[in-house]
Amino acid sequence: MSWRTIPAALLNRPLPAAVTVSAVIALSSYSVAHFPRSILVFLLFQASILLLYFARIGPWLKGALAVLTLGILMPVLGTINGYYLEVAIQVGIFVALALGLNIVVGLAGLLDLGYVAFFAVGAYTWAIFGSPQANKFISEAVLKFPLAPEWFFAFLVAGVIMGAVTGILLGLPVLRLRGDYLAIVTLGFGEVIRVLANNLDKPINFTNGPKGITPIQRPPLFFQPLLNALGIDAPATALYPLYLYFLVLLIVGVVTLVNRRLEDSHIGRAWEAIREDEVAAQAMGVPLVRLKLMAFACGASFAGVVGVLFSAKQVFINPESFTFLESIGVLAMIILGGMGSIPGAILGATAVTVLNLQVLKGLSLWLNELRNAGVTILGYNLADLPTQLEPAKYERMIFGAILVLMVILRPQGIIPSRRRTRELGEK
Amino acid sequence: MDFQLLIAIFPQVLLDGLILGFMYALIALGYTMVYGVLEFINFAHSEIFVVGAFVGVEILLMLKATGGLEVLSPFLILLLLLLAGMAVSGLLAVTVERVAYRPLRGTPRLIPLISAVGVSFFLQDAIRLVESIWRNAFNLVYPTMDQLNHRFTLTETIDISVKSIVVIAVALLMLWGLHLLVNRTKLGKAIRAVAEDQATASLMGINVNRMISLTFLIGGAMGGAAGVLFGVQYSLINPYTGFIPGLKAFTAAVLGGIGNIPGAMVGGLVLGLLEAFAASYMSLLTGGAFGAEYKDIFAFSVLILILIFRPKGLLGEVVRERA
Repeated sequence: MSWRTIPAALLNRPLPAAVTVSAVIALSSYSVAHFPRSILVFLLFQASILLLYFARIGPWLKGALAVLTLGILMPVLGTINGYYLEVAIQVGIFVALALGLNIVVGLAGLLDLGYVAFFAVGAYTWAIFGSPQANKFISEAVLKFPLAPEWFFAFLVAGVIMGAVTGILLGLPVLRLRGDYLAIVTLGFGEVIRVLANNLDKPINFTNGPKGITPIQRPPLFFQPLLNALGIDAPATALYPLYLYFLVLLIVGVVTLVNRRLEDSHIGRAWEAIREDEVAAQAMGVPLVRLKLMAFACGASFAGVVGVLFSAKQVFINPESFTFLESIGVLAMIILGGMGSIPGAILGATAVTVLNLQVLKGLSLWLNELRNAGVTILGYNLADLPTQLEPAKYERMIFGAILVLMVILRPQGIIPSRRRTRELGEK
Repeated sequence: MDFQLLIAIFPQVLLDGLILGFMYALIALGYTMVYGVLEFINFAHSEIFVVGAFVGVEILLMLKATGGLEVLSPFLILLLLLLAGMAVSGLLAVTVERVAYRPLRGTPRLIPLISAVGVSFFLQDAIRLVESIWRNAFNLVYPTMDQLNHRFTLTETIDISVKSIVVIAVALLMLWGLHLLVNRTKLGKAIRAVAEDQATASLMGINVNRMISLTFLIGGAMGGAAGVLFGVQYSLINPYTGFIPGLKAFTAAVLGGIGNIPGAMVGGLVLGLLEAFAASYMSLLTGGAFGAEYKDIFAFSVLILILIFRPKGLLGEVVRERA
């Protein structure tokens, strides 16, 4: 019939699907191990995980394959090429952010254009106390900073709380506003947080201004004695990326689970009711302000906890990491994936992060090589290509195009949420 | 605290505030007119404004390269810049509406807003790409025109440059022209009718789509003119310059009551003055603890306060929420 026939035949029946998926995973991870520098091969490996999601195979087999790819293959490949692990960690961070924003925008329909502010709050919470920075406003006689690495776990909880509190603080005055006013106010709030981070180095030095904060404590390697006892003598530099990867994986898992449970709870249904029609929802007895606040607080607390993790991973943070560009990036992720859809948010976050970290950089490198080689195509010498033409510099253009094209051509996103599919199908 | 200094700089700050305020008013008109007709925040308007500024700088640089800058009268050049900036920005605004907003009419409110954010981001980097390839730089400086930079000294502490007078005069003229167009002509009546009720307006024989395009054309042209004036006044521009003035202008539009044309003018002036005073006096009043860098925070706090206590703005909102 169409191009869909062959993949459908391979993926829709259990046995061929299981064989195909296993073969693709095995083949792609084998190729990554053999060509650790090739971006295309790594993209194939990522695509195999997507294939696994779409394949119709039994839940146990699927789960086992997922654990195999994410829990074993990915870390092993990460030790072959360290950058892949870095990509995977970044993907995880953005997946968690996208899932948080998905609650606010996708489920509750409140357009938040300053989401990165909550991420910044979480990041600065750990950055200030997990580095010598706090001694700039708390006397060393009282408490000597940085705090011990063990405090990191307490600060994960603190990140959740700080995120939720700022979410509520912002939400209280503005939630009675109409949708598009809310968008602008959240945008302004995002800028306010960035300007504060940039300027609160005087009169009292809280954030160290544009210079940023460093060094920030990494999470504790509490299992190192255990490894030593087992006779594995791995240096901390080799352990940290793997450790952070599993930590991110854990947080993404928890966040996904919370999202799943929320979506199908009465709270999730109330959020969707608000998104579809506020007046009707209120008439049905949905307490608008309380539920909107809850959506804000939930989304913000996810961003807060990821922020703590982010600052521990980066060791250095400054206000530049929390610009409007980041907020729009996360928004582009959930629109691309499908608003209100959990697999969609995960896919969108992965696609956009990989696009930024690998595809655009790869294209820039490739163009540079062509330029240096001076190949002639159709009488045009590529050495004459303008040096400013570097795809990696134009991510805004790509986010912008994604946003416009998606809302016009496929407003439901790549993997639409089930309820939304039904609604759109009825029309 | 130095009261002598506070009083001495007062007129200068007032003047700076007025210039800034007129700039905001011109940009705010683009937001308010589109909101009045479509009830939607045209987030890409700040880039329409920047495009105007870039058209201006390109023409000036070309004139400079060909030696026309010394020969022609600066006022003639300024007129040329304004007309070109208005034409390009106006047409760009119409194109953006056709491509990115019209297909989305009738969808939930947030959808066109997301599209507008996308257009805004796209245009920022598109300008950067074009200028990078064309001039190998995207931070551009308006070439100086000596006659415009001449300063009249009024008193010991106050002086005013020719270009400041020109900026204020042009802004006033354009606001007055717009007022006439909207309130005294048949076209203006048609625009107002579409803003009031699209279905009824179309029953009365008004071409609604054409009126919406016209609204974007006028709003875009005002933004383009503001862009040129911004470049002439503050010299340095880059593709991302528009973001903050755009946000402030939107704040001004909300301050005056969005959808309300005189409101945008009042809001722009009030915000410009508030900001100029905050920028110069904040550090004096707090003994240097908080300086001018907090003026943006000040503007957003004003926005939030207005929305809480007077959600319909100072002059009230013309458009009611769609039932």
